Amino acid sequence: MRISWSSIFDALLPLIATLAALAVGAVMLILLGANPLVAYGALLEGAFGSMNAVADTIVKATPLLLVGIGICIAFRAGVINIGGEGQMILGGLSSIALGLAYPDAPGIVMIPVALLVGFIAGGIWGGIPGYLKARFNVNEILSTIMLNVIAIQLMNLLLRGPLIQPDQKGAAAIPQTARLSAAFDLPRLVPTRLHLGALIAVLLAVGVYFFLWRTTIGYRIRAVGLNASASLYAGIKVKRYIVLSLMLSGAFSGLAGAVQVYGVNHFMITDGSAASFTGSAGFNGIVAALFGQLHPIGTIPASFLFGALLVGANKLQRVVQVPAALITALNGLVVVFVVSSEIFRRKNARRRAIKVLEEKLTNTPKDDSPQPEGGG
Amino acid sequence: MKKFGKLVVLLMLVAIFSTACGAAETPVAPAETAGPFKVAVVTPSAINDLAFSQSMYDALVTIQGEMGEDNFQFVISDSMFVVDDAAAAIRDYASEDYDLILAHGSQYGSALKEIAPDFPETSFAWGTAGDTFDIPNIFAYEAFSQEGGYVSGVLAAALTKSNVIGVVGPVEVGDAKLYVDGFVAGVKATKPDVTVNVNYTGSFSDVAMASEAAQTHIGAGADVMSGSAQMVVGAVGVAKEKGVLWFGTQADQASLAPDIVVACQVYDWTVVVRDIISLVQEGTLGGKAYALSLENKGLVMSYNPGYDLPADIKAQGEAAAKGIVDGTVTIGVGGK
Amino acid sequence: MEDLFTGSVLIGLLASAIRLATPYLYAAIGETFGQRSGVLNLGVDGIMLMGAFSGFYVVFKTGDLVGGVLLAALVGLLMGLAMAFISVTLNAEQGISGIGVYLFGLGMSDLLFQKLINNVQTVSGFPVAPIPILSKIPVLGPILFTQNVLVYGAYLLVPIAWFVLNKTTLGLKIRAVGENPEAADTLGVSVAKVRYFTVTLGGVLSGIAGASLSIALLNVFQFNLTNGLGFIAIALVYFGGWRPTWVLMGSLIFSFVNALQIWVQVVGIPIPSDIAVMTPYILTIVVLVISAQRVRPPSALSKAYERLE
Repeated sequence: MRISWSSIFDALLPLIATLAALAVGAVMLILLGANPLVAYGALLEGAFGSMNAVADTIVKATPLLLVGIGICIAFRAGVINIGGEGQMILGGLSSIALGLAYPDAPGIVMIPVALLVGFIAGGIWGGIPGYLKARFNVNEILSTIMLNVIAIQLMNLLLRGPLIQPDQKGAAAIPQTARLSAAFDLPRLVPTRLHLGALIAVLLAVGVYFFLWRTTIGYRIRAVGLNASASLYAGIKVKRYIVLSLMLSGAFSGLAGAVQVYGVNHFMITDGSAASFTGSAGFNGIVAALFGQLHPIGTIPASFLFGALLVGANKLQRVVQVPAALITALNGLVVVFVVSSEIFRRKNARRRAIKVLEEKLTNTPKDDSPQPEGGG
Repeated sequence: MKKFGKLVVLLMLVAIFSTACGAAETPVAPAETAGPFKVAVVTPSAINDLAFSQSMYDALVTIQGEMGEDNFQFVISDSMFVVDDAAAAIRDYASEDYDLILAHGSQYGSALKEIAPDFPETSFAWGTAGDTFDIPNIFAYEAFSQEGGYVSGVLAAALTKSNVIGVVGPVEVGDAKLYVDGFVAGVKATKPDVTVNVNYTGSFSDVAMASEAAQTHIGAGADVMSGSAQMVVGAVGVAKEKGVLWFGTQADQASLAPDIVVACQVYDWTVVVRDIISLVQEGTLGGKAYALSLENKGLVMSYNPGYDLPADIKAQGEAAAKGIVDGTVTIGVGGK
Repeated sequence: MEDLFTGSVLIGLLASAIRLATPYLYAAIGETFGQRSGVLNLGVDGIMLMGAFSGFYVVFKTGDLVGGVLLAALVGLLMGLAMAFISVTLNAEQGISGIGVYLFGLGMSDLLFQKLINNVQTVSGFPVAPIPILSKIPVLGPILFTQNVLVYGAYLLVPIAWFVLNKTTLGLKIRAVGENPEAADTLGVSVAKVRYFTVTLGGVLSGIAGASLSIALLNVFQFNLTNGLGFIAIALVYFGGWRPTWVLMGSLIFSFVNALQIWVQVVGIPIPSDIAVMTPYILTIVVLVISAQRVRPPSALSKAYERLE
């Protein structure tokens, strides 16, 4: 395996960009009267400082990974899915409705069925924009934005209506469901908050990798994304694959919602916003996918890094007592910096490509890789 | 590419394990009775929301003023509307040496039920809610916001000349609905043929919708309005512009529109928090449910001095308040 | 219930719609310019929030309304410039960088608010400025000509935008860059310059959109004042098929239905509040489906363009 310094640089680029963003954040911290060293120490401690912290990081990263996997599929097909928030909500609602309807079912049956139901519900909510695009040329950015809001209102309606906890009747009713039967809790992997959903997500990431690169459907999805007109000419039903990609993308976000319900919260409650349930995973998952180069396997470390950032930032807020608004702004800065750093990766890739070409033309190896003894 | 992903993962794992091994667990210090009473608060909205979160923040500041900074300290994590982030915050604060954790949001109940038993030496308080789950270290607190709503309703009915009143609500649940229902009951009890129009905007923070709702209410003839949640500033702004009277809740909103705000039901959480603090200091860590009411002065009708409220109407309101306190007036909404 | 839907009610609804549509119009027209030149800016809501706070701060401290709008425009310009830099020079993935700008604006505006003002309060914003003579016209007068200055500005923007995009050389360049940047480049048009212009302009207009909320329509600032309005504005650009006149139509339809659902709740028609709130969003999709437009997006939209040196 040839590792060149520039490739190492590429892999670490998101990390370097994150550090740059945090450096800007340090300035803001100082202006707020906080000590950046203490603050960032708290961030690291919150993300990695104990078994519980690492577990929390992975738990935070799980919905990011699931949404991110779906985004990889969508982006590869050339469509943008910003409906993750709404799709997560639908996944959560549908899966919890099932669990509440059959509280005495055995966990081993309910859990996979509920997760599947969440997957399907998200798929439907993602399929609607897909269908609207294919059949009526309604742009998916518009329809997903609209469906996000519709999903929130649907959540409000259901959680204060049919799904409400039975002893919440009366005027002061809290719009929450009952807690799911304990038998439905996703099993813990270690005695911490780390639940099976994390493992499911990683396995699915690998599965989707094979799906995209080793199956005909996956090949066609990628072809459509690279060049829709050429694919059409080659006989690929472009519209069908666009719908499929949006459906799958929505399905993974729906699964993220179901996993949040069965693995973390065990109930659902609404305050009229999406983020209180999703933690903005519908958006942050897009970022994670991009950090991972729109590759399902790459999205694994990317979601982990992002999850660490989010968990650590909350700890930062607690220790240094800065306003939560700073954390949101910091989140934005990290996204901007990492996304902007892509230019270096591209320049690097071009330089590498030129170098390879030069080598081929002149037949002499020219590389900067740290070669082991005896040559490659 | 996959190879480099693996490399990154490897580096990550190295980083984690070295940090995890190196970082010492913060030892949990035993609760010192001699040191300051330390409180940690988790709330779902901003502490300057002129509503729910601010009412608790203000209460704690007041208590700190009374007890002195050496005797009372608090930290706060606001805008914790993401439920599992809030749960992590509560658990984190609990594992440090805080005497009392205030989970100031009805959405935190489920998390508290799981966390509190793990920290039997720490006291937890949950609001707004009435259920302590029979867990010995949980207090619960709520507000009978329908009471102040009722009083405001009585005043509103007495003041309206057009006989149309408008109410702007957020989401049709919880504390907000209690208030609105109490308000409507108060209006109907005073002048049954007054029309009360109510709308819910579907969110707690959509200021533009609240503003437009107020315009619509006024268009429908309302000359007195009320509403709940932090988005209500939009409605107050419109009321100010159109010279329509306003009744507020959760915080004193007179400063927003000194000429048209008649009265506000102010939440004074110090009533509850002071009692909890003394109980905790004596060793009782939970098991009691509180309610802010007109009776215990947790709910206070704050009349805006800038508005010239005729004495006879004010007397009507105060009579209603007295009636609620001594039980002669039944609101028909919520608990007592 | 008989006089539920009288003429005066309709006038009230239309006046509401005109008012509600204002911030959408400013932001959507601004975004139209950017998207027409091929750049997608999802950070509009964040820029609006920063503009809203900036305008509010000036008016809060000094009462200077024009100064407030100017600062909001300036802040919008700077953020637009940053977005242009990220999208054009650094060629970053546009959808994601926009979300980063949104999060930054959301957090930063609240942070500044907490540190500089901290208490929720109202200001005296732009007053209603009835246009002489015109505001006396029955029906149309109260609806169209009895609004504040920033509302008028939003509507004047539409024909100006239409004119610039369709009748000027600048507009031609913008459209060319959005359709076929390579060809435009060979013809001597600086793709980067055009895009910098449109995205920065979009930022300015988004900033003013925010100010229209904080110092004209609502006269207050609070955390997340816009509540996702910027995203709806972006959606309306697609609804309008990247044409200013249709963006106007979309904004009006959306706002009218919004005003209508509030009305429906206020008069007590028994529809669950959540369903009522959903209706403008559902309707926007339905209208698009029915009108089945065959408008293509600008071909180069959200695709990075690099000059190969």
